[in-house]
Amino acid sequence: MFSFLLFRMGLLLGLCVFFLLGGVWAVDRGNFKTCNQSAFCKRQRALKPGQSSYRALLDTLELSDSRLTLQLINDNNKVHLLLELYRLQGNITRVKINELKPLKPRFEVPDVLIGEPPTEPLSVLSRDDNGLVLSLGVESQRLIVSARPFRLDIMEGPEVLLSLNSRGLLAFEHLRLPKEPQLHCQSAEGGGKDKEEDGLWEETFKSHTDSKPNGPTAVSLDFSLPGVEHVYGIPEHADNLKLKTTDGGEPYRLYNLDVFQYELYNPMALYGAVPVMLAHNTQRTMGIFWLNAAETWVDISSNTAGKTVFGKMLDFVQGSSETPQTDVRWISESGIIDVFIMLGPKPSDVFTQYASLTGTQSFPPLTGLAYHQCRWNYNDQDDVKAVDEGFDQHDIPCDFIWLDIEHTDGKRYFTWDPHKFPQPKDMLQGIKDKRRKMVAIVDPHIKVDSGYKIHNEIRDKNFYVKNKDGGDYEGWCWPGNSGYPDFTNPEMRAWWASMFAYDQYEGSMENLYTWNDMNEPSVFNGPEVTMHKDAMHGHWEHRDVHNLYGLYVQHRATAEGQIQRSGGTERPFVLTRAFFAGSQRYGAVWTGDNAAEWDHLKISVPMCLSLGLVGISLCGADVGGFFKSPSAELLVRWYQTGAYQPFFRAHAHLDTPRREPWLFGPENTALIREAIRQRYALLPYWYQQFYQAHKTGQPVMRALWVEYPKDTATFTIDDEFLIGRDLLVHTVTEEGARGVTAYLPGLGEVWYDVHTFQKHNGAQNLYIPVTMSSIPVFQRGGSIIPRKVRVRRSSECMENDPYTLFVALSPQRVAEGELYIDDGHTFNFQTKKEFIHRGLSFVNNVLTSKYSNFSTKSWIEKVLILGASKPSKVTLKMDETSVDFEFDASMSVLTLRKPGMNAGADWAVVLL
Amino acid sequence: MKSITQMLVMMILVVGFGSAVEVLRPRGVPLSKRQFYEEDKPFTCLDGSRTIPFDRVNDDYCDCKDGSDEPGTAACPNASFHCTNSGYRPTFIPSSRINDGICDCCDTTDEYNSGAKCENTCRDLGRKEQEVLQKMAEITKEGFLLKQQLIQEGKNGQQEKQNKLNELQNSKKELEEKVEALRTTVKETAEQPEKEAKERHLKAWEEQKAAVQAEKDKNKMAEAFLELDDDADGLVSVVELQSHMELDSDADGSVSEAEAQALLGGVDRVDTAAFESVWSNIKDKYVSESQPVDAAPADATPEEIKEPVTDNDSDQYPNDEDLPEEEEDEEDEDDDYPEEDAPPTARTPEKKDENEEAMPPYDDATQALIDGAQKARENFEESERALRDMDDQIRNIEKEISFDFGPEGEFSYLYSQCYELTTSEYIYRLCPFNRVSQKPKYGGSETNLGTWGTWAGPESNKYLVMKYEHGTGCWQGPNRSTTVKLTCGKETVVTSTSEPSRCEYLMEFITPAVCQEPSSTDPQRNHDEF
Repeated sequence: MFSFLLFRMGLLLGLCVFFLLGGVWAVDRGNFKTCNQSAFCKRQRALKPGQSSYRALLDTLELSDSRLTLQLINDNNKVHLLLELYRLQGNITRVKINELKPLKPRFEVPDVLIGEPPTEPLSVLSRDDNGLVLSLGVESQRLIVSARPFRLDIMEGPEVLLSLNSRGLLAFEHLRLPKEPQLHCQSAEGGGKDKEEDGLWEETFKSHTDSKPNGPTAVSLDFSLPGVEHVYGIPEHADNLKLKTTDGGEPYRLYNLDVFQYELYNPMALYGAVPVMLAHNTQRTMGIFWLNAAETWVDISSNTAGKTVFGKMLDFVQGSSETPQTDVRWISESGIIDVFIMLGPKPSDVFTQYASLTGTQSFPPLTGLAYHQCRWNYNDQDDVKAVDEGFDQHDIPCDFIWLDIEHTDGKRYFTWDPHKFPQPKDMLQGIKDKRRKMVAIVDPHIKVDSGYKIHNEIRDKNFYVKNKDGGDYEGWCWPGNSGYPDFTNPEMRAWWASMFAYDQYEGSMENLYTWNDMNEPSVFNGPEVTMHKDAMHGHWEHRDVHNLYGLYVQHRATAEGQIQRSGGTERPFVLTRAFFAGSQRYGAVWTGDNAAEWDHLKISVPMCLSLGLVGISLCGADVGGFFKSPSAELLVRWYQTGAYQPFFRAHAHLDTPRREPWLFGPENTALIREAIRQRYALLPYWYQQFYQAHKTGQPVMRALWVEYPKDTATFTIDDEFLIGRDLLVHTVTEEGARGVTAYLPGLGEVWYDVHTFQKHNGAQNLYIPVTMSSIPVFQRGGSIIPRKVRVRRSSECMENDPYTLFVALSPQRVAEGELYIDDGHTFNFQTKKEFIHRGLSFVNNVLTSKYSNFSTKSWIEKVLILGASKPSKVTLKMDETSVDFEFDASMSVLTLRKPGMNAGADWAVVLL
Repeated sequence: MKSITQMLVMMILVVGFGSAVEVLRPRGVPLSKRQFYEEDKPFTCLDGSRTIPFDRVNDDYCDCKDGSDEPGTAACPNASFHCTNSGYRPTFIPSSRINDGICDCCDTTDEYNSGAKCENTCRDLGRKEQEVLQKMAEITKEGFLLKQQLIQEGKNGQQEKQNKLNELQNSKKELEEKVEALRTTVKETAEQPEKEAKERHLKAWEEQKAAVQAEKDKNKMAEAFLELDDDADGLVSVVELQSHMELDSDADGSVSEAEAQALLGGVDRVDTAAFESVWSNIKDKYVSESQPVDAAPADATPEEIKEPVTDNDSDQYPNDEDLPEEEEDEEDEDDDYPEEDAPPTARTPEKKDENEEAMPPYDDATQALIDGAQKARENFEESERALRDMDDQIRNIEKEISFDFGPEGEFSYLYSQCYELTTSEYIYRLCPFNRVSQKPKYGGSETNLGTWGTWAGPESNKYLVMKYEHGTGCWQGPNRSTTVKLTCGKETVVTSTSEPSRCEYLMEFITPAVCQEPSSTDPQRNHDEF
């Protein structure tokens, strides 16, 4: 919720003149660096493919059971590097490159991996003067190390899966003393002596000078992916799902930034960064995880793209020019090279592999998947009460009401405005009486104010980030002059977590959750609206840890605080704007400050799909759009879309007119009500998808190609998506739409319209006429989806309600699904195994449910079997009672009336 | 769950006035619909869509599309549950609120199987409501009486205004005639003679001036002749003329003989008589020998003469003193009468007096005419002013009359009044039918929150809401606007303001003018149905 307040503040600071220059609704690109304006990127990008100056010194090879080390030498400057190779369990290869003897340690990213990844034995198959061949264990996979120049190829059988440094773009700027005559390491290779001005030891952007006490420290490496034409991932960018080639344009940038009014379809950096790229073709899916938290740029080129556009210009590509190939290059400003190559081969394998490294999606409390009502700002307690009542008056379900920064006493987080929110507990109790929850924002910038307890304690404990001169770093944010706690410090995080205790956070209650905004971190008067790179986090420069900061804020700091306040029993719910690899373990993210425009609605799909591919499933966009004011049509369509996206929250800018769901006339109120109700009815399915994501790391909101990896028609689709495997959603994101064309994948499969139960064949483009009430959603034939069709005012009210099973038969007249039930909010599912997880199957006209070790009051109210034929009789197997049924011949829908068995019991229903 | 799916027929205990009546009916059914739910008879959905065995009523499964088979369970999404709420108001709630753990019915009947601990609060609520209703009724009653007064006053006021208007319009006609008459008088009777007298006076003066000038000229010529006639022979010769370089007509640096001769009219010398015609040719150039450095008296004309300073007393303009009490709207009208009505010019000549050539004062007869004309003009101007004032009054009254002051004019008393509310930060000011504004309590300029737009209440009664629009603009936002909600009360007062949405203000305003006539059957309508 970066806003015009920044604008005001900018005026105060006299640094934001740019806002005055027309184009109020577009990002000011001049405020953010291009590759050319970022010295290391410019330097590295100037390096052209060719003979690499790096050579492997084979006689330095050391091989322990699971680790191979080898020195590399740069023939230009004789600096030695140490290469480490690991074979990790689950078909992952790790490649680490660092200086053999750096002047001082270089930063290695901590706390992102969930542990030291378990290794598997490596063995040398053959070896000669030119290189060596290592066995990667399974499936005849080999790793070939070429010595001169240094290069790695991962092969399976005769096929090269992936090559490193095949284009010779490995670059490792070694640490050096300031006085050292510049040896022009690899980076200056092509440029001779005219590179003095390249910002090796100091760099200025706009009015900010970055002192670079460590000099140039960039690292870079190229990867070639033969046979690959589709790469995905490296969020966060407001761009299509399939990544574009960057030849002749800007590279994709990964640098967490608070971008005011971001532009769409553009590789500029946004609030979060996950340095993970997926490569896919019909045969295989692979992933590259570049574990580096510094500013990073990614170049992508493709010979197929080149052929259409640039002809033969890209003839450096090795191998046959007929084979499609994608080349990728990663460039980071500091740290080391630490790459995890996830070899798939299936998409689900890559997700499992990545999850084994960085963990899975946190399992949110069920309520977190329900509807959230937010606005900057609900004015006061009465306003909150009126909004809460508004939902009941209009019979619209809602679980959460959110409070933005204005609820605090002068932007001092953990406090309440004494006039507007004098009795926060009364307010929270009123909300609790409705079995609803609230979220209050807690941002990581702390007002420098000696009357503010939080500030005093952080200062006294020396927990603030330091500036380059050793004093507390200060910058401008909402409260004015602010300090930034050093969340990379575990002691700081522990202290921060303790601030969420009920006796510390005055006015808080168990139904108050947290939102971490501005944690890129946003510094209004900092370079690119963020922290100076030469600020210090203990020994490390901000340069090294920048992209990690947001994760730490949300990390054990805030999420852990919420766990602790409950004595470790309750699951937390924390929303963050900034994120990094591993942030999935701590809560929800949203796509930041979007706008009430149709294109922003549209882009929410690829943005969340991209996040899902790299582990972050709990993603959403501000429903309605943050900036500007949506038309009623756009708002309705956005609700209809948001209802089928994981994190479902409406939000609005301070300056926009109110837009609670009932303010757009009865017809639109009804449309919005219906969309939200569809969400609530489907909560059991959403919840079980998140349980699965938590267990396995599979994305919840899924790109079609993930489930249909051999169907090339799915590879670029990003206007529709799957929820789990079984629901296909193509929401309407065009103004005045009369119809949409949805691609139904799966040759030989069938899909059922969830509203009409009409059956459609897979592997076809289906034109669907739409009205304002249409939300085109299809259930896969062969699946069983549980719903709770008794929608109530909040999810908690629906806890004990019965289920209706939607059994959608495949052409083979079988179906399977599952039912997951637990208490919805504690860790008991984990610590005490208190959950019901039943397999449901429909085979040979018998629907069965098996296994559980938890009890529930919920029962099975109704079963709909789609694509059925009429039975003569339906019985419950356990007591042979017969079950009433109805059969709708026109849609082939068999409805079993009230079979009535407990949802946790073993049972079988037989169609005779 | 099977345990709660049995047919639930409940016993309703209605506590009336001292007597208890038991009425059996399915849970959630209002008495008015009881006859549709007859035990042991098949139940037909109230929309007639189907008929089901009675044991499927309230069996926690939705059979009817309209939800009518499940009035007492949450099984049907579109059903509603009837709370009897003995002692308070009966009500319907959506059936999704049955057994949701939240107490909705004050008689607790909605939470019969959720474990929620609800207390029967109907009696309390009933009593409180009674009190509130009582109070409201009193307020309404008194308010309504006040309203009657307001209506009467409004009517009277309206009538007065109308009368005044008629009166004004009549007077205006008279005044217009008077103005026309005066205009004629001024022009023909007063200004014409004034003009003629002035012209006469001026002419006489100018003739006198010419005579004086001629005399002066003659003297000058004589002097020049004497000067030129160096040899004092009574004749001016060519040679004598040649010494005057200023007469060098071809500007070659000397006065040639031919030039001098030409000046003398082709002869060699002239006598005094003939010099007259020579003089007229050379007098403009001729420089007297006795005044070699002439102080260029022509330029020495006193400054004052250039710009007749009119002591422009603005007091004399038509002004506000006799305008009606309304002051807001006049600004623009002031400018319609530019400075042509300048103050009497008669005074200005006096100012030039120092000049030696000043016009002599008017003779008494002329002055009398001038004074008369001036008086006539003043009369005329005054009448015109009066006419304008009258127009203003008429406009104001017409404007006031044109406002929609409610079906009976009950809002007319708010016109030209302002009401303030002071909050912790601001002073809000509502001037009905005019504007709403906000001023920081501790200094700072006033912000316009909207000027009178329209009545904007619901269709049933548009006079419950006022809308003020087009206030000061907001950054990236709309122009400020204010919605004023009117409720019945004895006083006229602003009770609260808020800004529910950026730059959209909401004001609560109490006035007797919206008090409804208390219905004679009230206030005892909150009884259980029987």
